[in-house]
Formats: sequence, C-alpha cells, structure tokens
Amino acid sequence: MKEIDLSEFKFQGLEQEALQDLNDLSEEDKEQLLMAGVVSDLSTRSASYLQMDQSAVHCSSKNDDVEIMDIKDALKKYDGLEEYFWTLVDKDKDEFTRSAYENLHGGYFIRVKAGAKVKEPIQSCLMLKSENVGQNVHNIVIIEEGAEAHIITGCSVAHGTKAGAHLGISEFFVKKNASLTFTMVHNWSENVAVRPRSAGVVEEGGKFLSNYVLLKPVKDLQMYPSIEMNGPNSVARFNSVVVAPEGSHLDMGNRVVMNAPNTRCEIIARTIATGGTIINRGHIGAHYTPSKGHLECQGLILGDGRIWAIPELDGSTEGVELSHEASVGKIAQDEIEYLMARGMDEDEATSTIVRGFLNTDIMGLPEKLQKEIDKQIEELQASDAM
Amino acid sequence: MLTIEDLHVNIGDKQVLDGINLEIKEGETFILFGPNGSGKTSLLMTLMGFAGYEVTKGRIYFKGQDITEAPMYERARLGVGMSFQRPPTIHGLRTRHLVKMCARKGDVNPDMLADIVNMTDFLDRDINSGFSGGEIKRSELLQLMAQQPDLVLFDEPESGVDMENMQLVGKVARDVLDGNFNVAPDLSLKERKERTRTAGLIITHTGYILDYVNADRGQVLYKGHLCCEGRPRDILDHIREHGYQECVRCMN
Repeated sequence: MKEIDLSEFKFQGLEQEALQDLNDLSEEDKEQLLMAGVVSDLSTRSASYLQMDQSAVHCSSKNDDVEIMDIKDALKKYDGLEEYFWTLVDKDKDEFTRSAYENLHGGYFIRVKAGAKVKEPIQSCLMLKSENVGQNVHNIVIIEEGAEAHIITGCSVAHGTKAGAHLGISEFFVKKNASLTFTMVHNWSENVAVRPRSAGVVEEGGKFLSNYVLLKPVKDLQMYPSIEMNGPNSVARFNSVVVAPEGSHLDMGNRVVMNAPNTRCEIIARTIATGGTIINRGHIGAHYTPSKGHLECQGLILGDGRIWAIPELDGSTEGVELSHEASVGKIAQDEIEYLMARGMDEDEATSTIVRGFLNTDIMGLPEKLQKEIDKQIEELQASDAM
Repeated sequence: MLTIEDLHVNIGDKQVLDGINLEIKEGETFILFGPNGSGKTSLLMTLMGFAGYEVTKGRIYFKGQDITEAPMYERARLGVGMSFQRPPTIHGLRTRHLVKMCARKGDVNPDMLADIVNMTDFLDRDINSGFSGGEIKRSELLQLMAQQPDLVLFDEPESGVDMENMQLVGKVARDVLDGNFNVAPDLSLKERKERTRTAGLIITHTGYILDYVNADRGQVLYKGHLCCEGRPRDILDHIREHGYQECVRCMN
C-alpha cells in the first residue's frame, strides 16, 4: 500500500454555501453527480443529502418515514447517538479514523422508521469540490425493525477538481427483519485518495445487500467494509464491479462474519485491470450452523496491470458450508471463438465478453443509474483502455 | 456450396485428417458417420476455422470462395453456421442479446424464435449458464435460427439429449434445414423455403437424428479417411450389423 500524506490536503476552511435546489448546481457538476448515480431532479428520490467539501449543503426528505440530516445535527438531536456513533468502527484504528474523529466535517444520518417500506431510493452524495480538499465524513444508517430501503450513495469530484482526500466512516445498523440495499458508485479522479472505513451489523431476519461500482480512475483507494451477521436468518450479499486503469491502486474487498445460525452470505467481485493494480480481498467467517457462504473473485487483466485475489474462509465449527472461487486471467479463447462463429470479429467478441463481465443487471438498479453505468462501460471500451 | 479438396489437417504434430474430398450441394443434408476419434469433429472444427486445426494441404471452398485461411467470423458471415457440442458460459451475456447479435441478415424477434424451441425462460439468463444437454441443443438451434446460415455444421445433435428433447431438437433441426421457421412472416411458405435452402453436415453416432431430418447422402470417416458413400439409412444399418470393421476392408 502506498502511503498517503494527509498534510498535503487542506482539512480546514473549505466550507461551502447551502444549496436549496440541486438544480442550481452547474451543468458540469450535475453531470459529475449523475456519473455517481445521484440525480438533481428529486422526483424519483425519497430523500437526498449532499456534502460538498467540508459542509452539508443540502438535505431534504419527501417521505416522513425517512429521517435524513447532517450527522452534526443528529448528534445534537440524539445526544451524541451513543448507541451508534463510533460503536462499530474503532476511532483509533488508524490516522484516517482519527482524522474523522478529531475534525468532523459532516456526513449523513439516515434513519428509516420501523415498518416503513420506502420504495423510491434515498440518495446521498459526498463531493470534493475544492482543489486539494481533505474531507472527513461520518455516516450513520439505521434501518429500523421491519423497514426496507435502497440507499444510493455517490462519491464524486466536481468538474475539474483533480486532487483531494476523502476519509469516510460509515456505520450501518440493519435491525430485526429490516432490509437495506446499499448501492455505492465511485466517480473519483486520477489524484484522489480515498479511505472509507465501514462496518455494519445485521440483526435477526435482516438483509444487507451491497452493490459497488467503480469504473473511473482513482489514485489510491483502500476499503474493507466489515459486516457482522448477528441474528439468525439474516442474509448479506455483496456485488462489486471494478475497473482499474493505469494509475489506479485499489485495495478493496468485503468481510462478513456469520455469528448466528441460519445465515447466508455471498460476496462476488468482478474486477478488470487495464494497467492498474487491484488487491481484491474477501473474507467469510462462519461460527454457527447451519450457515452458508460463497465468495467469488473473478479478475481479468486486459493488456497490463495486476490483480491479486486474496479469498479467505474461516469456519470454526462442524457443518458450516463455505466455498470460494477465484480466477485471474485473460478472456477465454473458447468464449471468443464461440462468438466469432456467430459472425463477430475478434474485437466485437472481446468487447461483448467484457461488457457481459461488467454486467450489473443483477444489482436491480434504477433505470437511469443503470443507463449511466452502461454508458460508462461503453466509454471505457471506446477509449482503447480495453 | 461446399467443396473440400484433398484436405490434410494437423493438431500439433498429429495428423487427424488425411486427404478428405467432399462436396455438399446447396440444400443438401450430408451425414457423417464414424467411430470415436476418427476425425469427424476435427473436420467440423476445421471447416469452421478454429485455432489449433492446421491445414497442411488441400483447400476448402464455400460458395466458390476459398475459405481455407479465412478467419472464423468471415466464414460465419459467408453463411457457415455451427452448433456447438460444449459451448462456453459467458457471464452477463443474456441469451436474448446473443440471439439478436446472431441475426446479421436482419432483425429477428427473439421471443418468437425462443417459443419454437421452448427457450422462452432462458432468454434473460446468461448464455449456457447451467444449461442441461437438451437446453444447450435448443439454445444452439435458437442461435442458428437467428443466424440463418446456408450451411449448418451439427456435431452430434443427439448427444446428452433425452428422448423428449430429441423430438423437439430433431424437429427444429429439420425446420432449420428446410427453412420452415417463421423469420420472414411476410413471405409465403414456398418463398421462404426457396430462400432458405440450407445445407447440412451432421455428425451422428446413434443415427437418431435420421428419424427427423431428410438426409440425402452419407459417408463414413475412419482414421482420417472418408469411405463407404451411400444412403445414410443403409450405412447406419450396415454399421449396426457389422460395426466399423467393414470400413477397414473397404479402404484397403
């Protein structure tokens, strides 16, 4: 892992003005947000949050069952959120967690009330606007008993912003029989360093479904969200689609620990290196039975790059069912020939296979976001990077 | 339509085809018999243009063009189609999408075609992912229906297919060869048939496919040589009775 020198970034004095309407953003910035799955037209979102540099600039909810606010306000309103705040992530874990602890800039607090089935997604965006900005955010997500919600969180740089550091703490609480789909799309740039530190707990009968998409360059990203499945009959599923062009260094993965019987989890990562480095970690621990976990790390190196898959399974009792499948290689010749026999030339066949590899249909994303992702994949393919 | 002249093929250092001469006319269905390892599949793979099958001597002509060195996709675009025995799974590529991509002769309606081969439920699944033997055959036929080739290379239509599926596979294979399926609804059946006079080169072990397709001629491939030309039914009866031993005598 490369060292990040936090003193290179400005962690003070980059506040931004509040924004009533996301449509007041410049067209370029709206475009940047859209690339991270965040729309400025709020009619299809039940609630929205926008953090720009070191300020929460917009926060609104159309749905009474969705409480959304700046974490600083939530800390005041709920007496420091003692049950939640810094309960899953250790503030002394590293310099990044300490930075977020000592100098909090904001972050979202999202609470979905018990029993509410929130149809339209909740969206949040954490944006780097100023050059060389350092951003410390802390997010708390609470899905109360029996509630259901889809949160789309986009992380993006503003148009033209080149360098920055994003340090983000996220703590997720999925309560009894609740369901959270959490979709994260990253749209950073060549000189941005990113250090999310995330953890979550899932209670009895709860569901945590996570989607992660990274198709844009990022200088250095390291994240390893950890989910504890503490209640029986809980489910966790992670799907990641990641591309690392030249200059990108990604150290990423998921860790799931099944601490209860009748638990199931699946971690699937599809990664492509086109010049960059991807360290793809995965860890499933199972300590009760019955429990079932499957881990998949599929990596394609196209042209140049490095993919280092590190799948780990840790079962500590008889009867756990854990499996993993990992591969690092190039596109299989038999797949290319199969498509060539249908009349595609080699380039068409290759791009069809790559597009399939990066297919995100399974994530069940809103149409507009799906189209945006498809567009980015097309652009990637057209750019000769693949 | 297809003319093979004195074809010699190596896989690595090993010769697998030793001077094949064969002609298949427009619309004709030709059956290739032969024991395991006789070179049948190698002949099909060579005709399609797979890597690893090196033509050391001889030529292949299709519609008058020399395709001996042509890349696979050019052969496909010229009108050679193939049903794969063990096609690969391609993650994220939906059957529906592939069917559309096969249709270079014009748009097709994947739902309508899928209905014919009972593959409607597979259109939105990844191609070949978890498909059974019969499902693979039906999926291959579905793609061929969209592709509308002028020559179909079909490697063992009956392998891995249960009796129930065999009926469907056999019937559709026949329809593909006869041009019976409904891809151009504005044309009359007669016109469609005239338009799609598809030739076929079919490998069979069991001969079950002969119950369904109208086979014109057949031959036995034995140790890289073609021999014993005849009517496919007669050849099959003969092989059932005498095995392939007779072919050895024939060749000598």
